[in-house]
Amino acid sequence: MVTSRKGAGGKTAAKKKAGPKDPDLVQLLTPEGELVEHPEYSIDLTPEEYRGLYRDMVLVRRIDAEGTALQRQGELGLWAPLLGQEAAQVGSGRAQTAEDYAFPTYREHGVAWCRDVDPVNLLGMFRGVNNGGWDPNEKNFHLYTIVIGSQTLHATGYAMGMQRDGREAAVIAYFGDGASSQGDVNEAFVFASVNNAPVVFFCQNNQWAISEPNERQFRVPLYQRAAGFGFPGVRVDGNDVLACLAVTKAALERARTGNGPMLVEAFTYRMGAHTTSDDPTRYRDSDELEEWKAKDPILRMRAFLEKNGYADEAYFKDVDAEADTVAADIRHRCVTMPDPQPISIFDHVYAEPHPLMDEERAEYGAYWESFEGAH
Amino acid sequence: MAESTNTKNGQTQQISLGKGLNLGLRRALEDDPKVLLMGEDIGKLGGVFRVTDGLQKDFGEGRVIDTPLAESGIVGTAVGLALSGYRPVVEIQFDGFVFPAFDQIVTQVAKMRARALGTVSMPIVIRIPFGGGIGAVEHHSESPEAYFAMTAGLRVVAASNPVDAYWMIQQAIASDDPVVFFEPKRRYWDKAELDPDATPYPLYASRVVRQGTDATVVAYGPMVKTCLEAAAAAADEGRSLEVIDLRTLNPLDLEPVYASVRKTGRLITVHEASVFMGMGAEVAAKVTEKCFYSLEAPVLRVGAPHTPYPPSRVEEEFLPDLDRVLDAVDRAFAF
Repeated sequence: MVTSRKGAGGKTAAKKKAGPKDPDLVQLLTPEGELVEHPEYSIDLTPEEYRGLYRDMVLVRRIDAEGTALQRQGELGLWAPLLGQEAAQVGSGRAQTAEDYAFPTYREHGVAWCRDVDPVNLLGMFRGVNNGGWDPNEKNFHLYTIVIGSQTLHATGYAMGMQRDGREAAVIAYFGDGASSQGDVNEAFVFASVNNAPVVFFCQNNQWAISEPNERQFRVPLYQRAAGFGFPGVRVDGNDVLACLAVTKAALERARTGNGPMLVEAFTYRMGAHTTSDDPTRYRDSDELEEWKAKDPILRMRAFLEKNGYADEAYFKDVDAEADTVAADIRHRCVTMPDPQPISIFDHVYAEPHPLMDEERAEYGAYWESFEGAH
Repeated sequence: MAESTNTKNGQTQQISLGKGLNLGLRRALEDDPKVLLMGEDIGKLGGVFRVTDGLQKDFGEGRVIDTPLAESGIVGTAVGLALSGYRPVVEIQFDGFVFPAFDQIVTQVAKMRARALGTVSMPIVIRIPFGGGIGAVEHHSESPEAYFAMTAGLRVVAASNPVDAYWMIQQAIASDDPVVFFEPKRRYWDKAELDPDATPYPLYASRVVRQGTDATVVAYGPMVKTCLEAAAAAADEGRSLEVIDLRTLNPLDLEPVYASVRKTGRLITVHEASVFMGMGAEVAAKVTEKCFYSLEAPVLRVGAPHTPYPPSRVEEEFLPDLDRVLDAVDRAFAF
């Protein structure tokens, strides 16, 4: 669905020829919902596909809002909202094939959605009933990783495995602007580079690592760092779902065809708190938030659909209704999620029999059972 | 060295501990195409201790991988390779250099399987040459095994002799759990007779390596030889020491230790790591719990002082040796 500029004739959507203010920022859709041309990247989708991206973003935002609500009501211990990052996640998520493999942080609810992961799976760790709990190989979506940046090395190693197996697929490693300071992320760049591993490093630069702004993490724009490691880096408008899709698709295809890693910096904004435990009013101005609200990824896609007659009011209402239905379903399945049996903590520590597991399972089991009313 | 490079001729051969590891790794690479070796300088150089000598030449750069000089990167990419179906065997060049990888080992390697509710495994072996006595500079002589043994999700073993080295490395690679594999670096050059057709002793089992009746001495890795020498010296003085090679530190296999203590009534634990919070503390606690009425004396622990590893000119005083073991035996009999 993404085409090169040369072969992109016969477009149905109107385009204007005006670049973004930052000449290095790849943008295909302005905040006003206008398509713009870019010398390297272009996109030409069917109206249904454009609508699909809009629908994804609305549903993902609604799922995310439900996560926050569930935390506020005590059903989750914590939630890490993605508010404002829907375009970066849906664009990069829809760029992947089923054979590709994604390594998320703990905020990639939108990517999970695109990879067809049941959203309820994401809630388990935040509710405290497991520490991840899904089979990563079922949807080629690795477990959420909480230690900052660790997963970029796992992604690189997985890509080295794909490379050895000759698989026609690529890996995408998600991380944030804060993680870019971690040794592991920079080591992942080195390992990927010298092995020419088929991995795309997708950084959602949401400007804030909890309370620390970009200038506490780097003094050279992040995408430029890739050059020092020997592979290309590109900065894309992270609130432009079309640009995120086009750039990530090209980067993954590049990796799949043996051309090695690439860094994509999706320049976006964390409109909400770092997590439900955070209070961003202590460290950032409301002016900044207002400025980014005007660049909202969903509003611009809606404006685009309206301007081009790709969707009408009834469609938008239907999507909103669907979002509420999805949220209600998630809520129901969250609050009815059973607590694990205490004895189950011994179950999956080791693959092979382990005497201490057996001994302690028996000892603690007998102790817990000795209480009246124990299950 | 006139050592044979294969184990398939069925003949016994005299090998060093390092060679035992080399032959074991070779056989693992032959037996399973998913086995990969990763580490710094393990290719053309064959590793700083030559444990991987000749393996890259025979199995290629794709399976014996010279990695960038970044330990977290090595273990972190090994996690990804394991997730994609490989069985990486990682070489950490020296004990003191494992710490950049400590985060990946403890937060990822150890916990991944539980996090995934058993849907994925981490068949990774992390080889670490450990211990002192080679006159090295700082960070090259340490004994960090307790850090790993206390981490649920990891298995930790320590080889003490060439024959064990040959079999244990293959068994560790075949394990579906992550194994931190400690190699006694000052014993790399010790020799023994290997019969490649013998039935290997189980990996996760301790072993009585010298029978005795008066006191039990438990050790692992480089201290097993020291304790055997101490037992020989004690025999000259009329004391019969039973020596047990723990071999596995997580899980611990203490049944042979309990049986021995019930017979001898006295236990001395020996390791190069500090006495404080060392493996000996766990062994002492368990033996006190299981053999309380058999003990004729408190369990005594021999190890290092609770200081950073000292400059090598004083490491002989720092490290447990035959005299320190015999001194503890004397104290055990003084009760």
